[in-house]
Amino acid sequence: MMTEITCKLLVIGAGPGGYTCAIRAGQLGIDTIIVEAEKPGGTCLNVGCIPSKALIHAAGEYETIARASAGESALGITTAKPSLDFAKTIAWKDNIVRRLNGGVAGLLRRAGVRPVTGYARFRDGKTVEVETQSGRQVIHAEKVVIATGSEPAALPFLPFGGRVISSTEALALTEIPKKLVVVGGGYIGLELGTAFAKIGTAVTVVEAAPRVLPQYDRDLSEPVARRLTALGVTVLTDAKVKALATDGTALAVETADGEQASLAADKILVTVGRRPVTSGFGLEQLDLDMDGPFIRVDDRCRTSMRGICAIGDVTGEPMLAHRAMAQGEMVAEIVAGRRRAWDRISIPAICFTDPEIVTVGLSPSQASNRGFDVKTDLFPFKANGRAMTLDREDGFIRTIARADNHLLLGIQGVGAGIAELSAAFTLALEMGARLEDIAMTIHAHPTQSEAFHEAALKSLGHAIHI
Amino acid sequence: MAERVIRLPDVGEGIAEAELVEWHVKVGDVVREDAVLGAVMTDKATVEIPSPTDGRVTWLAGSVGDVLAIGSDFVRLEVDGKSAPAAEAVKPASPGANASAKKSHDAASAASGAASEPPNALRLQPSAAPRHHADDRPLAAPAVRLRAREAGVDLRQIRGTGPVGRITHDDLDAHLARGRTGTTATPYPTQTAVTDIKIVGLRRKIAEKMSVASSRIPHITYVEEVDVTALEDLRAKLNSQKQPGKPKLTTLPFLMRAMVRAIAEQPHLNAHFDDEAGIVHQHAGVHIGIATQTPAGLVVPVVRHAEARDLWNCAAEVARLAEAARSGSATRDELTGSTITITSLGALGGLATTPIINHPEVAIVGVNRITIRPHWDGAAFVPRQMMNLSSSFDHRVIDGFDAAQFVQRIKTRLETPAMIFIDG
Repeated sequence: MMTEITCKLLVIGAGPGGYTCAIRAGQLGIDTIIVEAEKPGGTCLNVGCIPSKALIHAAGEYETIARASAGESALGITTAKPSLDFAKTIAWKDNIVRRLNGGVAGLLRRAGVRPVTGYARFRDGKTVEVETQSGRQVIHAEKVVIATGSEPAALPFLPFGGRVISSTEALALTEIPKKLVVVGGGYIGLELGTAFAKIGTAVTVVEAAPRVLPQYDRDLSEPVARRLTALGVTVLTDAKVKALATDGTALAVETADGEQASLAADKILVTVGRRPVTSGFGLEQLDLDMDGPFIRVDDRCRTSMRGICAIGDVTGEPMLAHRAMAQGEMVAEIVAGRRRAWDRISIPAICFTDPEIVTVGLSPSQASNRGFDVKTDLFPFKANGRAMTLDREDGFIRTIARADNHLLLGIQGVGAGIAELSAAFTLALEMGARLEDIAMTIHAHPTQSEAFHEAALKSLGHAIHI
Repeated sequence: MAERVIRLPDVGEGIAEAELVEWHVKVGDVVREDAVLGAVMTDKATVEIPSPTDGRVTWLAGSVGDVLAIGSDFVRLEVDGKSAPAAEAVKPASPGANASAKKSHDAASAASGAASEPPNALRLQPSAAPRHHADDRPLAAPAVRLRAREAGVDLRQIRGTGPVGRITHDDLDAHLARGRTGTTATPYPTQTAVTDIKIVGLRRKIAEKMSVASSRIPHITYVEEVDVTALEDLRAKLNSQKQPGKPKLTTLPFLMRAMVRAIAEQPHLNAHFDDEAGIVHQHAGVHIGIATQTPAGLVVPVVRHAEARDLWNCAAEVARLAEAARSGSATRDELTGSTITITSLGALGGLATTPIINHPEVAIVGVNRITIRPHWDGAAFVPRQMMNLSSSFDHRVIDGFDAAQFVQRIKTRLETPAMIFIDG
């Protein structure tokens, strides 16, 4: 049986971008429908940010105790060897995800958004069909927002299946793998690889570039690389993955010096990037202008077809939930008739490795490539009291400012638990802060944030603690 | 990983340099084979340079407006594999090489439904507006930006009083107050912003050509009135009785044929003057440039061998070239090689103009608006359709008398249109 419904705004995909767009639209009184085949929350909530951070936290707690039990705690803590009920860990993680699924569904409901469960398929630019359990649903909409997100990219010669898994499966393992090979030393691979290493898995990271986290500059990736080594992770850089052994239990790899190695593995986690979901739902026949694999959008997230917007990972890098959310909110307000355009100065990015990396704005090389004469200074956590009391002196905070007027162009840091500092960094850039603004803001003592203050002072020539 | 250097290919016959008009990529971008890296302009054609390989951009040759030597390094890519050649020049974009690149800038021709395009490697395209530097964004806190956007205020119009020129809420309030209540002396907000627009691409070419023509050629401009009543009657009849498939006639093809006739009697007006060599190259073929306004600026498509074309053929060719020029699909050949030029502002037309000669030509004929004016026929004023011709000549090689005679010859034929078609 086929039913037809009409709405003003149709959002395809209830990930962070889609659900934020729908909730905001609902708040603004727009008649909104959101189509999602899975639980609301998208990659981020179900198989991305949230579950991975739960696993990373659990692994970190376990590792601290395990180190104490091995007599390696500088704090003087001794304890018996801990054990991990991994099924319980996963259940705890699943419960968080479930609560958030329910939370998002509740927020959508409260905003008056009508949910439709199933996969959407474009019939034309204003009409989609959804195969729901109760039959085919045709939805006519004035405006359509494509928020279909992205999915893990596979290597052509190493398709997912058997022991070859993506991040999605890695977050749903029922037992701890003894040997894990991570293909791709980017942020996803290292976040998960580190977590498994901390709970006892022998982890090998295979990276084609000369170093891990090649998308970050060396200063930022170095402390992470050192920590990986300390955690016993084998890192093969400049290494090429050749093939899966015929029985599927090992991976053939060519190392930097040209030697062939075979890496036995219970699981092979392929994290070589993510690709936008742009096929399988009739998008092709709309013939939208593309930007490489992504849907091309303008500064109002409009595609080349009138009435169709796209937000989030389908629109390109950086593929980050908070970017999608900001785009979704903007699009909802535009649909409501407000004047909005994308004018954000920076999109923070966090790598939840150990230590964590936070990047906001331009890196030193990006700044010079754009023709800026810059002052770049960093303050190491070695000289930060709070870092010492946390027994984590690795890392630093770095500021990049224009040499002529001291306007901050970029702020980056690497250090244990500094993800939360991203708020201070982003706010500084968004407000157009100068080095002097940071220097003249009191940063509470003793906190890691003092390193931000000191980096700015250092650029101004009067750092106190270094 | 290996580095691969993409050199700027030879994009036109025998040219030594080209102007960079657009980058399609920036440092750090990952590009696929055949993706457009950037566009350069030579004379009046813009050529897109595709990437010969997949890779990541590590270096770009300069910024928009820079003039690059042919064969110099254009883009450096970081590519997979170690056996890649160190450097190579790529071929300019050719049809079929990249469907998406074509699509991106040929929207106009796509819209017209033209499935097959002329097989030309060089295509004219509207030059991109100069890009603002990332840092040209006005410095203002998010809340200020939001208020400004909602109030419809462009923050670039406001001078910030905060540190580093930061625009504060107070600055915005002051700006809004000026605009809304008129408390200041002037009823409208004063605009103090100076926008620097870099003249690049086609605009720069036009500027250069106009400077050369105006500074080197002593112009003599001659304005004459033409009674086109008979011509307009004939034109209306021909248009109303034309066979399907024939183009609609404007005054332009009549003028072209009249010029061909006049040139037969004064061939030295259909010429190029090489002033450095001191030689006038008098052409037997009459190649009439038609100055045409396009979204990108002024271009001059050329109707070749007007002497060999009849009225209908001239009309069809003018229509075809104008469309090609406006849609950006005109080839380089179609945009060069004129020996004399017609300039017309169409419906605007004006009363008289002072056309600038299309260097190195020696004459240009300007068409002004047709209006009904009272004409004294010896007994009474009668309404006649009148049109002025404003024509300029290179006074170094053409005397005023020659110029006047040439215009008179055209006038005679336009006033008695049968003479356009009858030999002798």
